[in-house]
Amino acid sequence: MSKTPVEHVHARLDHDEDLSLLNEVSMKTAGVSRLEMCIQCGSCGGSCPSEMDMDHTPRTLFAMLRAGMREEALLSNTPWICVSCYHCVVRCPQNVHITDVMYTLKGMAIREKKYRDSTAPDFSETFVDMVEKYGRSYEFGLATRHYLKHSPLRMIRTAAMGLDMLKKGRLSMKPTTIEGMDQLTAILNKAKEMELAHE
Amino acid sequence: MSDYIFYPGCAMESNAKAYYDSLMEIAQPLGINLQEIDDWNCCGATEYVGINLIPAYSLIARNLALAAKMGHKTIISPCSACYLNLAKADYYMAERPSLGEKVNEALAAGDLQYTPGSLDIRHLLDVLINDIGLDKLKEKVVRPLKGLKVAPYMGCMVPRPDYHNRWSDAEHPTELFDVLKAIGAEVVDFPGAATCCGGHMTQIGPETAYELIRRLISSAEKSKADIMVTVCPMCQLNVDAYQGETNSHFGTNYNMPIVFFSQLVGLALGFPPEKLGFGSEVTSTEKALAQIGVDIPESAIAEGKKRQQEGLPMPLCMRKTTTSESKHAEEAKA
Repeated sequence: MSKTPVEHVHARLDHDEDLSLLNEVSMKTAGVSRLEMCIQCGSCGGSCPSEMDMDHTPRTLFAMLRAGMREEALLSNTPWICVSCYHCVVRCPQNVHITDVMYTLKGMAIREKKYRDSTAPDFSETFVDMVEKYGRSYEFGLATRHYLKHSPLRMIRTAAMGLDMLKKGRLSMKPTTIEGMDQLTAILNKAKEMELAHE
Repeated sequence: MSDYIFYPGCAMESNAKAYYDSLMEIAQPLGINLQEIDDWNCCGATEYVGINLIPAYSLIARNLALAAKMGHKTIISPCSACYLNLAKADYYMAERPSLGEKVNEALAAGDLQYTPGSLDIRHLLDVLINDIGLDKLKEKVVRPLKGLKVAPYMGCMVPRPDYHNRWSDAEHPTELFDVLKAIGAEVVDFPGAATCCGGHMTQIGPETAYELIRRLISSAEKSKADIMVTVCPMCQLNVDAYQGETNSHFGTNYNMPIVFFSQLVGLALGFPPEKLGFGSEVTSTEKALAQIGVDIPESAIAEGKKRQQEGLPMPLCMRKTTTSESKHAEEAKA
């Protein structure tokens, strides 16, 4: 005798769903992520201005997390293409903190070295290095270090624009350092210790 | 005069100098007294939080802790990303107390602490509308910007995600529209008002960024705007400085200036353009401002040159190359 649709569903639910990846991502996200509440409606991808360049829509990515597809999810370029515009967040009927989940996935991918193209992770790391060194962002240092490593040709193409910005007083060739660098370093070191314990 | 704690953010001392200069001019007549947070640090932009969660929130919270000591309750941030980072850290530390406790444990290593929810974190535009008020702004206008068609560009991080329901609408916010109307400008219907400029994608995925910038400028052009107006250093930088790259990528010939709303408010309040940072933009505002009889004097550009001398001197030959290149581009345009 063939199963009724309801019996089909029950048969599938016989074994426990493995939500460990979903929970891990949710717990590592700032605030209350509400990732578990995703109903797969697709409002996120439909609202995303950079979806055309993503490997997966946010909806697909969240389904992958639910399915425990760790490798595929962390290798996806989707979090790196997210422009942090929060369009998906305000449209999500379940109030999932989508942008913050994307930040969490970036961090996990960096730690596990799961990315196909290192440009974006390197940019974030260079930015963080500058902030940890000076306490303020340092655009000139960031741009030159990043372009030298990843696109020296583009550096030549944008040199004229950079010089124009310098000429107009919009790009400083010297970083600004805060006075309380020791204090900031102590705070960040303590925070990093806790971050490791948190994992 | 109302007293506010001021968090300028890194861009205000570099690429968004025009925003800083114009804000400093208009603050006094509008009755805004700004007390800068002593020794503030970077908010981490959209980068730090993608690397390390607790350090990222601790970085932001050092600013909140320093601000909380100042004796006022309201922080003004003129930068959209800084505003959102401060507001978000405050909100999430309260929403998830375990995060708040960890951040405070880190702050304690620097003899600081912060109680989530103890400060009001506001964007400059919100303060101008809701504290100062449009009536007071209108009273101060001595040069209405009559005849200037302006596209009001709010961008993403001011109206969204809006933790405290401060803004009129997440997708069609009216605040910037109202301010520009109050100073007498003709505000065009601009569908791109709250769409994204690409943020840091200009650095890491330029083609994604060019497409977003193209959509914005094309939308402003179709709306017949003379100029776009922004409330965010990142939006200004992307649309202004990367407009040339966007043009080369698509073979387009856009020439849409974009300035900070405080610069136009400054003009309406009667300040001369050179005091408001005009002349520092990459895409020239000369043609747009000529519509309202405002000329940017050469001295405004020279002022920029003076500042550059604080840094390392550039080889003369490189300067010459840029000048001749920009001339060449001017000729090609004509």
